[in-house]
Amino acid sequence: MDSNDKALVFGEDVAFGGVFRCTVGLLERYGRRCFNTPLCEQGIVGFGIGLATQGYTPIAEIQFADYIYPAFDQLVNEAAKYRYRSGGTFTAGGLTVRAPYGAVGHGGHYHSQSVESFFTHVPGLKVVVPSSPAQAKGLLLSCIQDPDPCIFFEPKMLYRTSVEEVPVGEYTIPLGQAQVLREGADITLIGWGAQVHVLAQAAQAVADADGISCEVLDLRTLLPWDVQAVTASVNKTGRLLVSHEAPLSSGFGAELVAEVSRRCFLRLEAPPVRVCGADTPFPLVFEPLYLPGVERVVDAIRATVRF
Amino acid sequence: MALRSASTQLLGRAGLLPAAVCNAFHRCMSTSDKFSVEVLPFKAHRIEPPNNVVETSIDELVGMYELMYKMRRMEIAADMMYKAKLIRGFCHLYDGQEAVMTGIEAALTKEDAVITSYRDHCQHLSRGGTVKEVMAELMGKRDGASKGLGGSMHITAAFGGRGGASKGLGGSMHMYNRQANFYGGNGIVGAQIPLGAGLAFALKYQKKPNVAIAMYGDGAANQGQKYEALNMAGLWNLPVIFVCENNHYGMGTAEWRAAKSSTFYTRGDYIPGLKVDGMDVLAVKKSMEFAKAYALEHGPIIMEMDTYRYHGHSMSDPGSTYRTRDEISTMRQERDPVERVRKLLLAKGYDAAAIKAMEKSVKKEVDTAVEESKAAAIPPNEWLWRNVYVAPANMDMRTVEGTYVQPTYDPTYSS
Repeated sequence: MDSNDKALVFGEDVAFGGVFRCTVGLLERYGRRCFNTPLCEQGIVGFGIGLATQGYTPIAEIQFADYIYPAFDQLVNEAAKYRYRSGGTFTAGGLTVRAPYGAVGHGGHYHSQSVESFFTHVPGLKVVVPSSPAQAKGLLLSCIQDPDPCIFFEPKMLYRTSVEEVPVGEYTIPLGQAQVLREGADITLIGWGAQVHVLAQAAQAVADADGISCEVLDLRTLLPWDVQAVTASVNKTGRLLVSHEAPLSSGFGAELVAEVSRRCFLRLEAPPVRVCGADTPFPLVFEPLYLPGVERVVDAIRATVRF
Repeated sequence: MALRSASTQLLGRAGLLPAAVCNAFHRCMSTSDKFSVEVLPFKAHRIEPPNNVVETSIDELVGMYELMYKMRRMEIAADMMYKAKLIRGFCHLYDGQEAVMTGIEAALTKEDAVITSYRDHCQHLSRGGTVKEVMAELMGKRDGASKGLGGSMHITAAFGGRGGASKGLGGSMHMYNRQANFYGGNGIVGAQIPLGAGLAFALKYQKKPNVAIAMYGDGAANQGQKYEALNMAGLWNLPVIFVCENNHYGMGTAEWRAAKSSTFYTRGDYIPGLKVDGMDVLAVKKSMEFAKAYALEHGPIIMEMDTYRYHGHSMSDPGSTYRTRDEISTMRQERDPVERVRKLLLAKGYDAAAIKAMEKSVKKEVDTAVEESKAAAIPPNEWLWRNVYVAPANMDMRTVEGTYVQPTYDPTYSS
């Protein structure tokens, strides 16, 4: 907001600080550049696209990712295609859409959804998911500065539970680059957002109990995803496990497994496996059963390594 | 339609006034006798409003009071259970708004359809559900309105009323009741409005003398889909009453910050509207009787209910960062809907002891419901895969492990 006076922050209830306090203090410091919108997601995103085409840097918030669907048409048909269809005359690239996503322990159907795979299917958009505060800052700044429209999904479970030293001052983390969180030799575990921490726990558990050495990758950007890093890792370990909260069928894990299977076929020691949410609406009371928790990941690691 | 309970009927027939006074006047007023009450005049848009004199009776007021008091105690209990972490998830309380749903029910039958937002616990009650069903659903128990599957926003009662709301599947936002034509309970803001138009279309198509009530808030009033629904309703003269429960805040944003025009009853443009004092159950009743007659003959109408919620948007919202505590307490002191009816009853000579007895009985009902819900069972794991599809065909539903279960269809959740 300091370096770019065309940056605007808007969305529902953002002026008083937002329901997760992400925008606290912005109104006081930047006045009219941080403002509330009415309750109209389609309008919010469409309005943001219009601003972006005029060279502004709109940072639009959707209060929960579960509510992003009214804006789906605007994102898919307008934001993603504006430059392409206008032969470069206009672009909605300045747009960044932020939305809290994912399980929070008691969110039920409409405060827990992982919606990333709907958008990774749309050429023209970028989809980014941080897994920690330091990641969030660097990745969000990259999204804001990125010349393409970006959707930034913030794992709401981590708003309060994740504590980390975050560098002051401006810094960016490149998009399209995964990060190796833990090096290993026997199997590659890939995740994003809050699930990365589940994978890290599982990796430690099987190291302690079985002597299995896991390599853990935080994908960070889903579209475009870091093919080089993933294939390099799987070529090293020979095994792949992908894990996400979103339902298994047609989740983003399917894309990773399909591509890795093609590129690393002869190197694979075992079929790639996905440990994901169940193919049901996100449940309320069944959340612990539904989610891909540490136990399930550990079981899958062991089964894959012993294949 | 008068709302009654056995105990209050008995007390009513026993006579309102102490014996000495009865004798002095030779004759006691019967509790079913009608009398008139003046309410605030209605504001109207493109329609001649009804007059502001409402006929009611002690019997009717007592029934309304009992329902509203029950709503109030239930929501307070939900607040306590939430703070005790027995209710999880998101929980949107209705206390302060009781007069709206109670007044609406006074003008309707259970053949009329009702659909509302996530602030739906009291709608479940007014549509014939029990406090136990609501509480159990909030706690995610299988005896809940949606079998514990919907939670707070999705209260539904099922099939013979056995068990409870959504069987613990819907939770707070998802309560439903098929027999009473209560279509829930919807978590997504504004999504219920076009659904309401669809309900009305079906009623009209079947030539039923019934209306659909589509309830939404001042926040939802800015959703595009509301205007799509208004246009369709107007175009096809659907018997739908759009009820805007204007509690003046959409989450944390005041109406004047969210809407160019906060005269919600005029925002239907070509569709007529009325603005009603939503804290006065008799005003709501009168206006809804008028609206039902209008909708059946002419088509859609918008009713803006001027009301207030004491709690924040949900239990996750303290409700004090965007409004003053003074505002909340002033509303409680001056316009509390439950207190208003109580005062009116006392002014008409109703026995204070009878009121106290009824309040005690309601408190007991709520406490019992809470205890029973605490003790009730959560839905079995198999219900996670139940009823995602009616006809899964050869589909194997993939579980979290990537193994497969056969999804099942059993609307009775009998096992």
